[in-house]
Amino acid sequence: MTLDTVSWPASYGDEAKPRKGFFTDTSICIGCKACEVACKEWNQIPMSIKGFSGKSYDNTLALGANTWRHVAFVEQRVPAGVDDGASLVEAAARADVIDAGVHTYQEGDGLRWLMASDVCKHCTDAACLEVCPTGALFRTEFGTVVVQEDICNGCGYCIPACPFGVLEQRKDDGRVWKCTLCYDRLKEDQQPACAQACPTDSIQFGELDELRHRAEGRLKRLQDAGQAEARLYLADDDDGIHGAGAFFLLLDEPEVYGLPPDPVDTRHELGSIWSAAGAAALALGAGLIAAVFGGRR
Amino acid sequence: MTATDPTTSTTPVATPAPEAIAGDGGIRSYHGQPVLKEPVWSWEIPCYFYTGGLTGASSGLAFLAELRGNDLLARRAWAAAMMGGVASPLLLISDLGKPERFLNMLRMFKVTSPMSVGSWILVVAGGSTPLAAIDAWTGWIPGGKYARRTAAMFGLPLATYTAALVSNTAIPVWHKAHRMLPFVFGSGAAMSAGAATVALTPPGAAAPARRLALAGAVAGAVTSELMEHRLGEQGEPYKQGAAATFRRVGRVAGAAGALLLVSRGRSSRAAAVASGMLLSAAALSTRWSVFKAGFQSASDPKYVIGPQREAISRGERRGAARREPRI
Ligand code: SF4
Repeated sequence: MTLDTVSWPASYGDEAKPRKGFFTDTSICIGCKACEVACKEWNQIPMSIKGFSGKSYDNTLALGANTWRHVAFVEQRVPAGVDDGASLVEAAARADVIDAGVHTYQEGDGLRWLMASDVCKHCTDAACLEVCPTGALFRTEFGTVVVQEDICNGCGYCIPACPFGVLEQRKDDGRVWKCTLCYDRLKEDQQPACAQACPTDSIQFGELDELRHRAEGRLKRLQDAGQAEARLYLADDDDGIHGAGAFFLLLDEPEVYGLPPDPVDTRHELGSIWSAAGAAALALGAGLIAAVFGGRR
Repeated sequence: MTATDPTTSTTPVATPAPEAIAGDGGIRSYHGQPVLKEPVWSWEIPCYFYTGGLTGASSGLAFLAELRGNDLLARRAWAAAMMGGVASPLLLISDLGKPERFLNMLRMFKVTSPMSVGSWILVVAGGSTPLAAIDAWTGWIPGGKYARRTAAMFGLPLATYTAALVSNTAIPVWHKAHRMLPFVFGSGAAMSAGAATVALTPPGAAAPARRLALAGAVAGAVTSELMEHRLGEQGEPYKQGAAATFRRVGRVAGAAGALLLVSRGRSSRAAAVASGMLLSAAALSTRWSVFKAGFQSASDPKYVIGPQREAISRGERRGAARREPRI
């Protein structure tokens, strides 16, 4: 497997460190939000009180400028009378009974919870970094993606470029903010605050190739135990972003957790984007010549 | 193991929000929440799409009219180019909030960022256009002819790079249109330059501007139609909300302006001015329609998840998830 990015490790030479990342194993997340709290605390992120959302236990709803870890809560109804020995997870996975929405508890029905702590993916091919016109977004020596707040000029281009909707602008200062994978702590050989706070090791921090190896073992164990719906997300080099620094083990389709099933870095089509713009510029030139010379003066 | 015991359930009792249940068209989503973030760009940006196109194509028109020996038309077209050229950076600076933030754009040159490339195009085109215009009126600018050539040449990419900028994002209605959108913007630029110059020039000298305005109007209608056709279901945002309203205004104003220009534009100055204004409104409104469609496309998860999921089920894409362990 190749974990290399465009600018890491090559541009760092001897100073490159092993690529670091997160393996978030959602099958053991208990939804305690310790990661959200630890992240806010360590990174001194402003309050983001949005009130009661009515969407399960989730009141932050998405990653954003002031939410760098976000715990998703999905409630899925499992029909009563699943008594053939199937686990709740299996029962919910039977295609026709899956609903991804919020449901009130119905007498006699079973309920399964899916909980997952989401974060910036620190993509191998990071669209945000590529479109940033100022170089405020950069690749660190750990292979992670960080915004330099003294350079960000608030142009907002990275916001719609990110295929995961991670980046957001802070209204008061106009700049964008996101997870730094605790760059300051990494430089001191400390693990990120969220990973340290997670009581179940649902968030595992480490060297990316070692994490990938560990994740394959975990996937195999779950599959062998009959959890056919268990899957790894963003753990491969041949997806649309060439894999991520932060990848996940999920128990249902990615979109159920608010994650795109096939995220793509648009740089892969930059050639045809620029060709089209160039061709259109030439066509405009031709049109101008025709308009000026194609008739009376 | 059967059902959860009701007495230990701590589920909050809430009425399920209709959008939370499975989403539109059988698309599964997270409580109907958007996957992408909408852009934060405000009204200045679609206006800049218009002024950039106006400047770019007007410089070209002015330069070529000089070559053809129509100096009256050329000077009016340079005036149109200068108006757009002065407005453009002001609009961008207003969107960024602080003037010095625009300077940060020039820290580097990055081909992977159409905004970076475009900032340099704007610096060159926006810098040379006023010099070219002043030179065309007064002949006072040393090396003025180089300014005119530069303005005309850099005007062409100035008119189309903004389409590359928005298509190089994750927003489906923009990204999936990346082959057509620059032609929509290029046609709009031709229409804008033709329309402004028609309005500013006595009809007797304005024949090339009339041809340009009409060609731009026709090309714009054809390319927009083609773009929406190719987008298929992904083009739905153009038929809804603000995007649809701007699209309708653009079409009506465009058709009315073109008809007026064809019927009376040669004989009446007043008709020429009116049609120039109608066509300018059409060009501006079309940019707004594209702008708003992007927001609508980003805010509804079905446009993001639907096509991705379909491509996976058709076997065209593998997606980012895998169930088979690789050990
Ligand atoms: S998830 Fe989004 S913000 Fe994070 S590195 Fe990838 S593109 Fe950038």
